Amino acid sequence: MTNTPLTTQGAGRTGDKVFSGAALAAGCLILAVLFGVALFLVVQALPALVAPPDKIQGGHGFFAYIGPIVVGTLIAAVIALVIATPIAIGVALFISHFAPRRLASGLGYVVDLLAAIPSVVYGAWGAAFLAKEIAPAYEWMASNLGWLPIFQGPASATGKTILTAGIVLSVMVLPIITSISREIFLQTPKLHEEAALALGATRWEMIRMAVFPFARPGVISAVMLGLGRALGETMAVALVLSSGALTASLIQSGNQTIAAEIALNFPEASGLKVNTLIAAGLVLFVITLGVNMVARWIITKHKEFSGAN
Amino acid sequence: MSKRIDVKDLNVYYGDFLAVEDVNINIEAKSVTAFIGPSGCGKSTFLRTLNRMHEVLPGARVEGEVLLDGDNLYGHGVDPVSVRAQIGMVFQRPNPFPTMSIRDNVLAGVKLNNKKITKGAADALVEKSLLGANLWNEVKDRLDKPGSGLSGGQQQRLCIARAIAVEPQVILMDEPCSALDPISTLAIEDLINELKDQFTVVIVTHNMQQAARVSDKTAFFNIAGTGKPGKLIEFGDTHSIFSNPSQKATEDYVSGRFG
Repeated sequence: MTNTPLTTQGAGRTGDKVFSGAALAAGCLILAVLFGVALFLVVQALPALVAPPDKIQGGHGFFAYIGPIVVGTLIAAVIALVIATPIAIGVALFISHFAPRRLASGLGYVVDLLAAIPSVVYGAWGAAFLAKEIAPAYEWMASNLGWLPIFQGPASATGKTILTAGIVLSVMVLPIITSISREIFLQTPKLHEEAALALGATRWEMIRMAVFPFARPGVISAVMLGLGRALGETMAVALVLSSGALTASLIQSGNQTIAAEIALNFPEASGLKVNTLIAAGLVLFVITLGVNMVARWIITKHKEFSGAN
Repeated sequence: MSKRIDVKDLNVYYGDFLAVEDVNINIEAKSVTAFIGPSGCGKSTFLRTLNRMHEVLPGARVEGEVLLDGDNLYGHGVDPVSVRAQIGMVFQRPNPFPTMSIRDNVLAGVKLNNKKITKGAADALVEKSLLGANLWNEVKDRLDKPGSGLSGGQQQRLCIARAIAVEPQVILMDEPCSALDPISTLAIEDLINELKDQFTVVIVTHNMQQAARVSDKTAFFNIAGTGKPGKLIEFGDTHSIFSNPSQKATEDYVSGRFG
């Protein structure tokens, strides 16, 4: 029996205090940075928001200027996600549940490497190679699917369209969605996988019964992170897209995204134009924030059935 | 709706490692057979070979025959999926699907085989299975709530309901009470006694009193040392295994001298 007085503080307490202080400081710093950025955007954007309409580029006020670009941004991001999500989930499932172990680790490594390629390289590839190669496909779409507004001709001869930009974006968001989904799939409790198999489920049925329900919130987060990257991606879109006015057709040149608009115009901007571009940045910030909040809402809505309890 | 199992010269491997050696055992239909033995003796591993769950682990394989009423489960062209549909399993830790309601948990296996079950038939089956698992009265008012909200013992009975809903020939139980409190354990043991009217039940247990209480026959497994394969030492009527074992090792184990 040692006779330690209860009031004495052990040596470990100092470490506890330092650590909790450091953690608190880090947490506050994040909030301060976020608040600072938001404040900067609002203050700098204000002149553009209140300026008379004829002073803004286009001459019809800020919202007439930003509206088409917002739609263009969303179109590009949606194209990217529609293409990337099923492929990413398929690849992640293959790595986590179907591939032999040695192939799986190699493939996972290659997918992670895709994320390490700088976006300007993707942009150059999209502009110099993909656009040219894909242009004949656009011709075909225009003549065979042209009755759909999104494939209305005449198709762009250079292939530098919003669809090409979306395809390049999809390659860029693929590794994010794949690696996160793969990690989540691998974390599925063996208990639940075996429960499904023991009921006579095939491997695919087991994945639908045990893996997907467990992974659903994680995959949604992964897709939202991918969406965040697709919305904010600048260089690739700036290089690939031959921008212009908003158009419904995905295979004509035209449309523009916020990030590319800012990047292309900022170096030569001055005066109110700078404020306009920063206001565009504010809009992108708000969109991204909204996307994240919707994602969280989707995840928490199903908490009762999430397995966390 | 129950079949016998005959195991002939079964060797169980993890990769190159021989985990269980040369098991021969005959399990009667509509009886409860208990596997007992010290930790690591291969009784759970052997149990999992009876519905081909063993081979889910990479590198795991078996040699020998497991006959379900004469049909070899490891015969050429036998689909493990159909084997598992006939030989259900209840695990050590309760594992209802957390994202499914109580009702959907019970129907999970049925929906795999028969996608278009009418709502009336499904309701009847849910009630029948939950009644069969002695859980109906406790959950009948909250069938749409998640199964993970139940207590551990209730979850385990939900898993039993899920297993019997597909009307298997045999039910395997891998230490089904080891994560449960004594009252829940009693409920499961009572249930096992009722299940044997309809099903062949095989149960692995660490608890010798439990084996003595619930089983008609008992198999004692033992291991010579670490890295050595587990073996079936003795198999016979539960009464004689516990009161008059023929092997010294069995006697030492059931009298509490080791393990």
